[in-house]
Amino acid sequence: MRLLHYWRATIGIVGRELLRFLHQRERFVSALVRPLVWLFVFAAGFRAALGIAIAPPYETYILYEVYITPGLLGMILLFNGMQSSLSMVYDREMGSMRMLMVCPLPRWFLLCSKLIAGTAVGVLQSYAFLGIAWLYDIQAPLMGYVWILPALVLAGMMLGALGLLLSSFIKQLENFAGVMNFVIFPLFFMSTALYPLWKIKESSEILHTLAQYNPFSQAVELIRFALYEQFNQQALLFTVAAFLLFMGAAILGYNPSKGMMVKKGGGGD
Amino acid sequence: MHPIKMAGMAAVLLATAAQAETVFVTLEKDNAIAVLDPVEGKLVKTVPVGQRPRGIAISKDGKTLFVATSDDNLIRMIDSETLKEIGKLPSGEDPETFALSPDGKFMYVSNEDDAEVTVIDIAVKKAVAKVKVGVEPEGITVSPDNKWTISASETTNMLHWIDTNTRQIADNTLVDPRPRAVTFTDDSQQLWATSEMAGTLTIIDAASKQIVQNIKLDVPGVSSDQIQPVGIAIDKERRYGYVAMGPANRVAVINAQTYKVEKFLLVGQRVWNLAFSPDQKRLYTTNGVSNDVSIIDLESLKVTKSVAVGRYPWGVAVKP
Repeated sequence: MRLLHYWRATIGIVGRELLRFLHQRERFVSALVRPLVWLFVFAAGFRAALGIAIAPPYETYILYEVYITPGLLGMILLFNGMQSSLSMVYDREMGSMRMLMVCPLPRWFLLCSKLIAGTAVGVLQSYAFLGIAWLYDIQAPLMGYVWILPALVLAGMMLGALGLLLSSFIKQLENFAGVMNFVIFPLFFMSTALYPLWKIKESSEILHTLAQYNPFSQAVELIRFALYEQFNQQALLFTVAAFLLFMGAAILGYNPSKGMMVKKGGGGD
Repeated sequence: MHPIKMAGMAAVLLATAAQAETVFVTLEKDNAIAVLDPVEGKLVKTVPVGQRPRGIAISKDGKTLFVATSDDNLIRMIDSETLKEIGKLPSGEDPETFALSPDGKFMYVSNEDDAEVTVIDIAVKKAVAKVKVGVEPEGITVSPDNKWTISASETTNMLHWIDTNTRQIADNTLVDPRPRAVTFTDDSQQLWATSEMAGTLTIIDAASKQIVQNIKLDVPGVSSDQIQPVGIAIDKERRYGYVAMGPANRVAVINAQTYKVEKFLLVGQRVWNLAFSPDQKRLYTTNGVSNDVSIIDLESLKVTKSVAVGRYPWGVAVKP
């Protein structure tokens, strides 16, 4: 009976998120337009028409469009993670959060369900993007599209957990924009999404170190290797560790007796 | 049969299949030949060969490699199994490229500085004739029906049609500036020639010696001075021709029926020469500046791997 309870709650939360995603067609389109603009405009302008030097997992020379694709998948998951946590703040302001929180299930479980729901949406968007990239002649080995699924899920969960953690700090929707700028842009630009590590090293040693230990970089590398049927252990361990850290802190943050809720005086929100 | 035994047999079969084909690449700067296993995509070994090796070809029976060691002014004969030298051919000064007659009896060598083509009788290892051609002869080929030997003069911008029987020039075809490589289709009906400076490929009808098509190679985003086509490979069925485009770092895939460029494949830097695998399912390219060989899968038209081989890879030959 109790197990059924958990199941129904998960289905409810994931279903709501997917339904919201399907109904907000603009959200789907805009979530795709962003990486596509990067692919068609930014990467096209950047082209590197004579090829980028070989670095694993690539075994031959590639165009910049090919390099940037896993990074743009990371971008989709990053924005998606932030957006679903933004919706948490919105839910809190609107009161639907209260309805969720009074549900007689542990809070960590509700947060995890929320996270899974958000990740499912991100993974769907990622595959839609890969489909368009395929037509644009950015094609990976077929099995890569299978291997990439667990990588996308883990990366999506990690970035979603970061979003949850951030949302536990934020009391009002208005504050969110600032955090987005302070979090999304540094995470994205100080990573291997746009430039390979060796290229970053050429310009700055500090930037290279920051990019190397940026959890977003590790998530992107995990996706990049998986897409070419390869396994990057370091990226996996790093991403899992970052996920556990962010998720633990988020659960703590959402705990009414210990976390940020108390500080904000919103324990009984 | 026991599953493990079957797996073992399969492994043995695969291993022999993998060993079936060997790729030899001359390394102009390392004075050596690189030996590659193209199925594994691995460099097997590097063997010293002589000063500045460039042109390379393999005898029809696959037993003898011919390597033009330019700074030694001779062509070396090398056993393709042991990789030991088994003979020398007098090529004249600074041999760069050469071609074997289809019967394997004669070799035609371009002597760039002397503006002539040296004909060597391989069996007796002697030069038997010299044919005066235009200034700076470079590309050379013999038609599969053994009627014509074509020599391309880089400075005269001409293709000389040398009658293989009389060893006299029978005709000349004026082409775009700096012709580099020449290749016949397998049926000997067409001659394809690249012009390095013009960035063009010229297709000539062998019977009438008239130009059928001139294709200007142009890659979006790459400046035209970087488009310097050199090596050509045409498949046996004449479905596709492939042209190495030098510093444009690409191989052009040309439909040999419609003469349309269907695709450009990104390979290593300054790609010069090309060779098919015996089953024509793969194409190997030598990339002189990035010091590697790119392996192209021709069924999917994708570059699967680029393998580092040594400094200045120049020519490539494949042993079945």
